[in-house]
Amino acid sequence: MTAIQAKNLTLAYGQKPIFAELDLAIPKGKITVFIGSNGCGKSTLLRSLARLLKPQGGAIMLDGSEIAKLSSKEVARRLAILPQGPIAPEGLTVHQLVKQGRYPYQSWLQQWSHEDEKQVSRALEATHMDEFSARSVDSLSGGQRQRAWIAMTLAQNTQTILLDEPTTYLDMTHQIEILDLLFELNEREQRTIVMVLHDINLACRYAHHIVAVKDGLIHAQGEPESVMNERLIQEVFDLKCQVATDPIFGTPMCIPYGKGRRLSPETRKTPIGAL
Amino acid sequence: MLGMLVLTVCFICSIAFGVANISPQTIIQSFTTYDASSQQHLIIQTARLPRALIAATVGASLAVAGALMQGITRNPLASPSIFGINAGAAFFIVISSAFFGVSGLSAFASLAFVGAAFTATLVYVLGSIGNDGLTPLKITLAGSALTAFFSSLSLGVLLTGGQTFDQVLYWFVGSVAGRDMSIYEAAAPFMLFALIGAFFLARHMNVLALGDDIAVGLGQKTIYIKLIAGILIVLLAGGSVSMAGPIAFIGIIIPHLVRYMVGIDYRWLIPYCAIYGGILLLAADIGSRYIAFPKEVPVGVMTAILGIPFFVYIARQGGRS
Repeated sequence: MTAIQAKNLTLAYGQKPIFAELDLAIPKGKITVFIGSNGCGKSTLLRSLARLLKPQGGAIMLDGSEIAKLSSKEVARRLAILPQGPIAPEGLTVHQLVKQGRYPYQSWLQQWSHEDEKQVSRALEATHMDEFSARSVDSLSGGQRQRAWIAMTLAQNTQTILLDEPTTYLDMTHQIEILDLLFELNEREQRTIVMVLHDINLACRYAHHIVAVKDGLIHAQGEPESVMNERLIQEVFDLKCQVATDPIFGTPMCIPYGKGRRLSPETRKTPIGAL
Repeated sequence: MLGMLVLTVCFICSIAFGVANISPQTIIQSFTTYDASSQQHLIIQTARLPRALIAATVGASLAVAGALMQGITRNPLASPSIFGINAGAAFFIVISSAFFGVSGLSAFASLAFVGAAFTATLVYVLGSIGNDGLTPLKITLAGSALTAFFSSLSLGVLLTGGQTFDQVLYWFVGSVAGRDMSIYEAAAPFMLFALIGAFFLARHMNVLALGDDIAVGLGQKTIYIKLIAGILIVLLAGGSVSMAGPIAFIGIIIPHLVRYMVGIDYRWLIPYCAIYGGILLLAADIGSRYIAFPKEVPVGVMTAILGIPFFVYIARQGGRS
């Protein structure tokens, strides 16, 4: 089953071509993660899948219908996108922000319904933002702020959710918190989640499907277990590494070479993990 | 509610108080049994009433235009003048009076509106060039550039013209006095229409305020919303400049003041801006009659005196963006 499909997609920023005649299928009800080095075009690809960037050629199919032929509001009822680093206007409360997620369901006649109210409180609960709903977004910590924005996209109540680097600038605790939230959402409600992540190890842990992007091409895609190896990291990131197995989750884990302190078992005073 | 009451009181005061002392009975009589031979009736009906109506409408329009402008540029210091509206209006007036000998406030009113609309359109088009469309930065740059351009041209013509431009200079300061009812009647319907339109646009402005990407993601056709907001700004600020000349700072002060009071939801912001904008200009106009009594100070000077300390305060708070 395919949630989003790109056919012959050609993307460009101005005159600068980024992707040429690209084909890509995003599996339905799974978590898909785009990885790749800075500037490889993964954000551009994600934005185009959410019709934020108009393709120069080709088409994007959402649940089998061409996205350009659907009304923008119709798309917004099926697909939500959280762009990178959104900024809320000063003084906007969490509740006011999350309510905006119901915009695609409103019209001249239908202003605010019981269903809207229900979806907003559901989104606030799912992100544990209900206790902050009266606080202004700019007064929150980075992790809470990101959760508030995710709550807004959840209020949209869409089958598919796209997120561009939802964990960037967050500390490790908040990164895990956000990814757990999205994982649960996928587990419980089978929502299709597509996101760009920079942390390869977290990508391998949370993704069912990984898409590695390099120089406007899809270098490899598939299950993390089958895709991830030393050669891929070398080719996509230009980085030497060893791929090991995550001792807790059993998913692939990439340990990069480079410089740094090196401890041998003999010189180590206390064995790691013994405390 | 309180705002409406204060607005009404200001409106009545604006009619009641002035250089000529007129009793309340005479004022009421001038409405009920108008006597064209009475000088006092004449003052009320042809000077003070248009003046009060113009002050209330212009104040409301400038405040709402400012709120819309700050919304589409996402810049808390933006005002309608960033669209080049005042500079364009002034330029058209200076050129017409220098080269075509146009004079009189009525002629100026139409010219100001045309100039305002022309410049705003130019700013809009220049700000939209490029494949990322109308961005806050580009519109601010285009507006500032064209404002500087038209202002220097106007000044150049004024300085080298060698004629007397008393009327033009007087217009330049901005005033609601000395306009007759026909000037008001010509522009007011457009402005009232735009005020109502702004109220209906409020819901969409809330979404646009989250940023272009978010708004498009939520299914908004941002191009249309920005275009409609642009047209409303031209009607409101263009109408204002045509009635009263360039009046500074109301477009900045009032939206900020109102945001402190009712928050940033445009559905509250727009009506409150209209009410408090009207109050401020009525009050400033009443003040302008007394600050150098019995001579009147143009109201544009009054709003600038009130506005500059406030502007510095806002700037010091920091325009977060």
